[in-house]
Amino acid sequence: MRHIISILMENEAGALSRVAGLFSARGYNIESLCVAPTHDESLSRLTLVTSGDEQVIEQIVKQLNKLIDVVKVQDMADTAHIERELMLVKLQAFDGVREEVYRLADIFRGQIIDVTESSYTVQLVGPGSKLDAFIDALGSTPVVEIVRSGALGIARGPRGMLVPEV
Amino acid sequence: MELSGGQILVECLKAEGVDTVFGYPGGAVLHIYDALFQQEDVQHVLVRHEQGAVHMADGYARATGKPGVVLVTSGPGATNAVTGIATAHMDSIPLVVFTGQVHSALIGNDAFQEVDNVGITRPCVKHNFMVKDVRDMAETIKKAFYVATTGRPGPVVVDIPKDVTDPKVKVPFEYPEKVAMRSYQPTEKGHSGQIRKAVDLIVNAERPMIYTGGGVILGRAADELTHFTRKLGYPITQTLMGLGAYPANDKQHLGMLGMHGTYEANMGMHHCDVLIAIGARFDDRVTGDLSKFCPYAKIVHVDIDPSSISKNVIVDVPIVGAVKSVLTEMIELVNQAGGAKKTKELESWWDQIEQWRGMKCLEYKWSDEIIKPQYVVQKLWEVTGGDAFVTSDVGQHQMWAAQYYGFNKPHRWINSGGLGTMGFGLPAALGAKWAFPDEEVACVTGEGSIQMCSQELSTALQYQLPIKIVSLNNGYLGMVRQWQEFFYSGRYAMSYMESLPDFVKLAESYGHVGMRIEKPSDVEGALREAFAMKDRLVFMDFQTDPEENVYPMVPAGAGLNEMILL
Repeated sequence: MRHIISILMENEAGALSRVAGLFSARGYNIESLCVAPTHDESLSRLTLVTSGDEQVIEQIVKQLNKLIDVVKVQDMADTAHIERELMLVKLQAFDGVREEVYRLADIFRGQIIDVTESSYTVQLVGPGSKLDAFIDALGSTPVVEIVRSGALGIARGPRGMLVPEV
Repeated sequence: MELSGGQILVECLKAEGVDTVFGYPGGAVLHIYDALFQQEDVQHVLVRHEQGAVHMADGYARATGKPGVVLVTSGPGATNAVTGIATAHMDSIPLVVFTGQVHSALIGNDAFQEVDNVGITRPCVKHNFMVKDVRDMAETIKKAFYVATTGRPGPVVVDIPKDVTDPKVKVPFEYPEKVAMRSYQPTEKGHSGQIRKAVDLIVNAERPMIYTGGGVILGRAADELTHFTRKLGYPITQTLMGLGAYPANDKQHLGMLGMHGTYEANMGMHHCDVLIAIGARFDDRVTGDLSKFCPYAKIVHVDIDPSSISKNVIVDVPIVGAVKSVLTEMIELVNQAGGAKKTKELESWWDQIEQWRGMKCLEYKWSDEIIKPQYVVQKLWEVTGGDAFVTSDVGQHQMWAAQYYGFNKPHRWINSGGLGTMGFGLPAALGAKWAFPDEEVACVTGEGSIQMCSQELSTALQYQLPIKIVSLNNGYLGMVRQWQEFFYSGRYAMSYMESLPDFVKLAESYGHVGMRIEKPSDVEGALREAFAMKDRLVFMDFQTDPEENVYPMVPAGAGLNEMILL
């Protein structure tokens, strides 16, 4: 099963490589990985998407927690959550298909953020499955490139990920 | 007090109570060596190869329970140390390893003797640090010792660029009294509800089995384990790493389990109805085929590392906590319950175990002509009163040492169980002897393993470390040869070593005593003579049976009840 795992880490050099190294050393797969600073500058937040059976995911969470720089780990599957991913798609858009692409972007609540005579670049935000659906719906429209951010996740409700007290 | 980075490092070691650093100098650590040279509280042992330094510190740590400390230079100094670091990591041994690094301004420029130490060691340390500013030195070192020695212990590398120890740059020094890390707070106390549940299962067991590992020794819980086991009157088996925590000469002890474990221990594991796993990690050499492992058992597992629990074997009652603390609570609850239920089932379980024990699986064929390696270990036990520190390398001799030297105390058996590092035994023995100069220290090895770190014979002379080397020389890489005999139709690919050195002369050339022993009737006399030479290192080159195999054996992919007996 696909899991989104959120990790708060000490904002130290090499933090990312500790996580990436753990996954390759133990043979876990990473579908996507996103890293950025948070409102607390001492922390970075990693969001990764992985898949595996219950035992594998349990081990992944335990092994992540075992990394000394990891402050908190949350498997988003354990809680009601929102998933979002950003995708930028550059499409060939010649006369004859421009209208269709425009309409399709609109249906998916995408925005056209760059235009040339022969191309559109569409920006789309949503859960990974929605982005996949858009790509499917493009049908035979030639894709020049696709850039995806990888999924982000956040729990529903008023509470954030708790940072343990020292 | 204003100090340079090198001086701060030395002061931190003093504050941590470190008496010895094992190391080897080089360009990037010259400032540190200069600071070490100008004081007398922290001694330094100069090795002949950095791998030897780490194994020595490791042997010191396993013998004393204190962290071992290593200092090596950048580049090859650090890469040579990696095998030692990985060895300590696999066996959860607390080490703090200081590696030199090139000047900060040169990092990333492929400078002379530059490697990415933090990157190279990352997968084989508990944690690592680079000190980028001399003002962070003291706090980083405090954290390094804290992380190395608490929770599930392990090696920590501290990488120090040369400019950070520049003697011209002095900063105020104060060693932090305490350290607190929000991201690292190991669980010491077990969950009371889980402990209660476990004890309920334990006291009502009909066919119980206690299975313990290195965690009991690392957690200094041998007394608690012994008390717990005796109170219950249950059979106990210990892993390769756990030997000595419970006395081997006690009748409840069934010996080691696993691939070369005893018949009674492995059959007991297979048929038990409640398995009590304490500080052990269900390693593949212990479990055999996982799908056939303990098919009838409810499993209780006590471990300080949550990731050890349900990693290989799904358990019924997991308890995360320090073994000592959890066992103390368990003993109390067992007492409250009035001990184990004295049932007929328990009685007949013991009858069954005695029947298995009656197979005498460790008996071997005697020969008047050729020395049997098992006999050498048995005689070593007799001559040392079963009370020596025994280190080993890796292979057949390691298994024979584990099987035939009955360890009655923790910390006495020192071997590379997890990584299986040949070359470990000699430097580890020197580390143990350094820590306990008045105790007997023997290194049981083979002619293959000893050649992987034999340069440390020179260190042994320099520091007057009169250990006794018991080399079981069968002319083969014995364990490899055994597998080739069993599983490759006797095609002995590269397992025979031709042109071996004359080990007697080798020992003599390093200033030690060498002996070659060729007849079974000379074994005991040679050992007695060697151990009588209190102030000399003696290298005993026993010419043993080249075709001898380690029995019993659970072949790879088999269950614990599917053993090959002699």
